[in-house]
Amino acid sequence: MLDDFFVRALLAGIGVALTAGPLGCFIVWRRMAYFGDTLSHSALLGVAVALLFDVNVTLAVFAVSVLVALLLLALQKRATLSADSLLGLLAHSSLALGLVALAFMTWVRVDLSSYLFGDILAVAKSDIAVIWVGGIVVLAVLALVWRPLFAATVSRELAEAEGLRPDRANLVYMVLMATVIALSMKIVGVLLITAMLIIPAAAARRLSSGPEQMAVFAALFGAAAVVAGLFGSCNGIRLPDRPSWWRRSACSCCR
Amino acid sequence: MDARIAPLVRLSAAGVFRAGRWIARGIDLTVAPGEIVTLIGPNGSGKSTTAKMALGMITPDEGGAERRRGLRVGYVPQNVAIDWTLPLTVERFMRLTAPLSRATIEAALGETGVAHLFHAEARTLSGGEFQRVLLARALARKPDLLVLDEPVQGVDFSGEIALYDLIRAARDRLGCGVLLISHDLHVVMAATDRVICLNGHVCCAGAPRAVAASAEYKALFGDRAAASLAVYAHHHDHTHLADGRVRHADGTVTEHCHPEDGHHHEHGEDHA
Repeated sequence: MLDDFFVRALLAGIGVALTAGPLGCFIVWRRMAYFGDTLSHSALLGVAVALLFDVNVTLAVFAVSVLVALLLLALQKRATLSADSLLGLLAHSSLALGLVALAFMTWVRVDLSSYLFGDILAVAKSDIAVIWVGGIVVLAVLALVWRPLFAATVSRELAEAEGLRPDRANLVYMVLMATVIALSMKIVGVLLITAMLIIPAAAARRLSSGPEQMAVFAALFGAAAVVAGLFGSCNGIRLPDRPSWWRRSACSCCR
Repeated sequence: MDARIAPLVRLSAAGVFRAGRWIARGIDLTVAPGEIVTLIGPNGSGKSTTAKMALGMITPDEGGAERRRGLRVGYVPQNVAIDWTLPLTVERFMRLTAPLSRATIEAALGETGVAHLFHAEARTLSGGEFQRVLLARALARKPDLLVLDEPVQGVDFSGEIALYDLIRAARDRLGCGVLLISHDLHVVMAATDRVICLNGHVCCAGAPRAVAASAEYKALFGDRAAASLAVYAHHHDHTHLADGRVRHADGTVTEHCHPEDGHHHEHGEDHA
């Protein structure tokens, strides 16, 4: 069964969507859509690092994303710039750095578009294992920090005063985000990761009456969009596969 | 205040320095179990900063802040805005920082008079309703220390008095210490054991009447403010404690109230 590229694509896509949905809810609640963009832009720098030092791409992307997330936390504490300006600063400096580094490495020929847009149909069995194991770990850790993280989302002051240590929860959340980006970059691509985080959560918002419910709905909507998009691109009118799954879930959001 | 009881929090000569100036400096403050301490002062006098030092949210740049180990805090912050993207009912909001049973939540909401809002969306509440929900949430935690940053903002006048009575009743029932920040200089509750008047430093401190009469207070807020504080104290210048004794505005405790004591307020329900 796993020998079929289409089944592999389905499994990988569903795995990523189930993980990204709940994390994406926090992005929507905290109004930090640009944060997902920043981390995914920095993923390209991770690709350059991986090629330069000949290490695993997923690991390198993870390391660079964590680094950028920590840098953001540190800058937020000190700098006098607002969060969105800082994100812009980090996003584009890391993107530029990544592109320059790739351009300088004349000995490697990189298919940039496969990193920018991902390639869900080129998923290997090992990728599926990484996505599902990584995804389960991410969701388990998210469940552990859920209360402090959600409390800090509603009111940082309240969470801090009542001893929930919001800084620690935020740090854990940033690492989880970096993990999801590293897991999904290969199949979704740098430019579409934010869509995967935000659109299912936005679609779930209308139908949910509680935060936990919204997280579950976001995961399910994302998975349904993956299935619908892949079948649509396979059976129908030769749609390019990836844009079409996001369009599906965008439709369910605006309905 | 019983000197043998260790305070819940103690600030000693604490100060916070931010952006080239001292926001508050030389603050001495203790809150003991069962004691209500009110911070008053003009805008920017460091009231919230002082409360945040007491809560450990800000580490003082000089001086010290100590809290009792394992202190359970109930906090009513000055402003909480529920973003419309958050699907959050009042019931879920009550369980924000700790799990609570349905019965506890209903009882706490009933106490602050908003039991009917149990299923309501938090972002649709009016300012006054939300303030009552915030107070209910803080009380439902059965805190050792209740910290209230302007708890009556947006609440109408009769509701304001009811909420102050509620805070006092909660103090009597839970035996918790209360640190209250009031921007409303005209209504400093009579149940307050000590008023600390801030203006970047501790300007004056003591029982409400003593503070109202002090020259520093008059210099800071003017004679009119002092007069209206006194008027309110006339209505509420003594408190009936749970054990039947009476605590007076100057902090003394007697067996019964005196005939010359001010107007009696509906204490019946509070201590029934």
